[in-house]
Parts: sequence; structure tokens; C-alpha cells
Amino acid sequence: MGAASSLVLGGVGPSRPARRVLPGFNLTLGFTVFYLCLIVLVPLSALLFKTFTLTWPQFWEAVTAPRVLASYRLTFGASLIAALVNVVFGLLVAWVLVRYPFPGKKLIDALVDLPFALPTAVAGISLTALLAGNGWVGQYLEPHGIQLAFNPNGVVIALIFIGLPFVVRTVQPVLEDAEKELEEAAMCLGATRWQTFVRVIFPAIAPALLTGFAMAFARAIGEYGSVIFIAGNMPMVSEITPLIIISKLEQYDYAGATAVASVMLGLSFVLLLVINALQTWQRKRSGT
Amino acid sequence: MSTPTPPRVRLPHTTEAAWVRRTLIGVALVFMFLFLLLPLAAVFTEALRKGWAVYWEALQEPDAWSAIRLTFLTAAVAVPLNLVFGVAAAWCIAKYEFRGKSFLTTLIDLPFSVSPVVAGLIYVLVFGAQGWLGPWLAEHDLKIVFAVPGIILATIFVTFPFIARELIPLMQAQGNDEEQAAQVLGASGWQTFWYVTLPNIKWGLIYGVILCNARAMGEFGAVSVVSGHIRGQTNTMPLHVEILYNEYQSVAAFAVASLLALLALVTLALKSWVEWRHERELQAAAELPPEPPRAPASSVAQSAV
Repeated sequence: MGAASSLVLGGVGPSRPARRVLPGFNLTLGFTVFYLCLIVLVPLSALLFKTFTLTWPQFWEAVTAPRVLASYRLTFGASLIAALVNVVFGLLVAWVLVRYPFPGKKLIDALVDLPFALPTAVAGISLTALLAGNGWVGQYLEPHGIQLAFNPNGVVIALIFIGLPFVVRTVQPVLEDAEKELEEAAMCLGATRWQTFVRVIFPAIAPALLTGFAMAFARAIGEYGSVIFIAGNMPMVSEITPLIIISKLEQYDYAGATAVASVMLGLSFVLLLVINALQTWQRKRSGT
Repeated sequence: MSTPTPPRVRLPHTTEAAWVRRTLIGVALVFMFLFLLLPLAAVFTEALRKGWAVYWEALQEPDAWSAIRLTFLTAAVAVPLNLVFGVAAAWCIAKYEFRGKSFLTTLIDLPFSVSPVVAGLIYVLVFGAQGWLGPWLAEHDLKIVFAVPGIILATIFVTFPFIARELIPLMQAQGNDEEQAAQVLGASGWQTFWYVTLPNIKWGLIYGVILCNARAMGEFGAVSVVSGHIRGQTNTMPLHVEILYNEYQSVAAFAVASLLALLALVTLALKSWVEWRHERELQAAAELPPEPPRAPASSVAQSAV
């Protein structure tokens, strides 16, 4: 950061006298970097260093044990399904909220953020209570042989709950800013409403939709609180990867927990970069 | 920023047929009802399943009280720290150009994409008995993980980006003009911040604090890893909910959960209120004649001198 601190610009050329420059650059940047290192970077590096103390076979064995592999399949599969469901219904909710007037709209709009505000553990036990065999919803489904709690279905449902606001809140502002003139032009050129949606509106919101998908997916991969209550947590069947880390920790298998965690962390990095790239793309699209 | 557009006569093909509209609204509402409203309602009905008396009794249990106290303590430490960080980070990122800025922004976002469980684990690896600082801490009889400081640290980690993330785009959009005007008029750095910047970012700041607080009080995964689950000592409210639930004390679990659900509802209400206030101020500013927008900066700077 030494190079950075010599580049105090503040919107004014570097050769101007210092008093024209907004003060506080060194202080705020210094504090930001210090706090970031203290809270995030140093602890995260502990994970990497711990991983490097493992030999390659040890690491490989820890991250490819059958039970761990099964947990990857569940975590990825359920997150993917949940994020896809969220794309469809998130787009629908955003569309309805932006385009159509209906009573109680403000309330519904506020309610979209409930999964952000409601603690995950509360969501977990509440969904479980609803979907268990004697719950409000479960009691009607169980006689038909549909079981939504204590198996992978429950995982998907919890992840749909968690991910919904990501899609709605990324698509909503883009829909609000979409130019009506384009739709009117499409109409004037003889397009049906469906054609207008597919060819005009959808391409405009596609980057936002993809960003929302990636964010919901990233969140779902790491989710723990809401899932463990409803999943049933059977090894090989309904055990998610974060739970594997917890159970390894409880058995004092720090090395194993670290190895699996480093796989998840690597994945988080990749997803973070993908989301950043998507957002840049979205900004460029809406800018031109 | 957007000015209210006058109501426009929709051309027939720029909206959908009435039955399509009604169907879409219907499907969206059913989805929202099933996935959001029903779980919320279930929390309260399960909590009151055996009546108010049992509900109150469950909340008056000493362990529940200590969980509530610890939750508030955690938020009371984590939120102000992240607030100071958020303002500092937003100031240096939004007000200056420097190399590595976008990298720094990405790093600030990092805790959002790290699984809460991994967030807890990294503190165990640093402060735990076998961790980097473990032997040193044991020598000095300090306990961080499986104790309250660990819970606070993990909470700070998961709520790390909340306030910075709200402020950075807001301050970037506002630019440096007003601050520079204040500087030219002789305000000191702190005066510029208190009298010019802070009033401008007030709503974004409150918004960030509300969201940060909700997450700090509700965090489960990260806190669960570092807590040690000692009843009455290192249990936050969400962890207490888990313990009660796993002991089949359903009513007590949902009673504590109902407090957290209330917190969520208050959060949503406050959030909507802040959005409404902010929008109203923006509209009021937009209705001003074109010239005066300079007035606030200079008048504030004068009053500051």
C-alpha cells in the first residue's frame, strides 16, 4: 500500500498544494487496511497455512472421502435447484412489484427482505415445523407420500427461502429503469407482447438475473443455520458440506475440517469473482 | 435520483392482457404466502401453542435472559466497530482514486461470500488451543474462542461489509464537490465530515446499521462454531433456540425464536421507513429550483466556521 499512499489525488492533480485535497486519505485507508487485515485477512490466511501443513495425500483423502463427496453433491445440487427456482419466482415477484398495481403492494415489497432479516435458525425451525408430518403443510402432503422435511427436499426449500431476495433485489431496479420507449418501439414495429418480452425486456434484465442467480447460489452453498434443522442430516443422504466441517471440528479433526473448509473457501473466491464480473458487465450494459 | 414520472397512458401492447396480469400477480402472491408469510406465522403460532402463560414462562427463564443479554452485547460491540470501519472505508474508496481500489472493494465484500461455518472455523484456527495464538493465550489465561470474545469476533466478521457496502455507492454518487467547497471555505477535515458529509450520508448510514444489527443479532453458523454452547454463558439467542429445539422444548424454542422474528419485523419496518424518508428528501431536493443546490454546502460550511 506504500505505492497507493503516494497517490493522493482526491480529484485534484497531484502537483496542487495539499490544502486543496480532501484530508483523511492516509488515516482512512490505513484504518481500512488495518481492520481488514485484523478481522478478515489474517484469520483467513490461518486457514490456508493450516491447509499447507497437510500433505497432499492427507488433503486429498479428506476432501474426497465418500461422505464428503456426497455432501458436495447435495450442497451443489440443492443450491443449483434453489437458485434456479429463485430466478423464475424472483423475476416474477420483481416483475409484479414493478409493473402492476395491486393492494398491499408496499407490504409485499417490504416482506421480500424477510429472509435477510429473519435469523436463519428461526427460518430453519419454522420451515421444519410447517413441513414435518404433523405441520400445517406437511399433514396434507404426507398422506400422498410427499415428504418435504428431513430429506434433500427440505434442503432445497430452506435454500429457496434464503435466496429469494437476492434475485428480486437485483432485478427490481433494472426493471424500474428499463426504458419503456423500447417496448413502445417494439409494439409499433408489430411485435406481440410475448415477443417484446423475449427480445427486448429479457435481454435487458438478463445480466441482473444472472447476477441474482450467482448471489443466491453463493449464499446457498455456504448456508448452515436454516438447513440443518430441516435436512435430517443423514450421512451420505442429507448432510450438507458446512455440517461436515462442524462434525469434523466436534471430533477435534481440525486438519480434516480445514481441508474441507479450504475447498469451500476456494469456491467462494471463484463465485465472488464471477459475481464481480457479472456486475461489471451489468453496469456496462446499463451504461450504454 | 429519479424524478416522479407523470402517469402515462399505457399503450395496449406495452402491458399484458388483464387475465395475464391477474394470473401473474396471483402466482407471485401465492409464492410469497407459502415461502415467506407462512413460516413467519408459524413462528408465532408455535410459540403460543400452549397459551400466553407458558410463553411468558419460557421467556423468563434465566438461560433465555442471559442469551438475550449476550445477543445485545454482541451487537452493541460489533455494530459500532463496523460502523467506524464502514465510514472510513467508504471515505477512502469513494473520495479518492488510488491503485488497487477495486481489489480493496472486493476484499471488503469477501465475508459475504464466505460460509458462516468457515468464518467461525478461521477464528478457532487462530485463537483455539491448537491455533496460532493458542499457547500464548493459555499462558496468559485468556480465552477467546468458546467464550464471549470469539462470539463477538465471528459476528464482526459476518457483518463486516454491511455498512461499507451501503455507503460506498452512495458517497461515490454524491462526489466531492460539497466537501471541496467546505475545504475552500476553510473548514477542517472533521468539520467537513460532520457538517457536510454526514448529513448527506445519514440515511444510508442508518440503513446499513439496521441491516448490520439484524444480522449481528441473528447470526447462527459462525457463532455456533466459536461458542462452545455453554448454557447461560456463551449462548446467543439463535444458539439458545437450537438447544431448546434439540431438547424437544418446542414451545420454549419458538418463544425465543418469536423475539428474533419480532426483531426481523422491526428491522423491515425501520428499513421501509428509512427508504421512504430518503426518497422524500430526494424528491424535496429535486423540486428545488435549479440554482440553489449549491446553497446547502456553503451555508453549512459557514455555520461550521
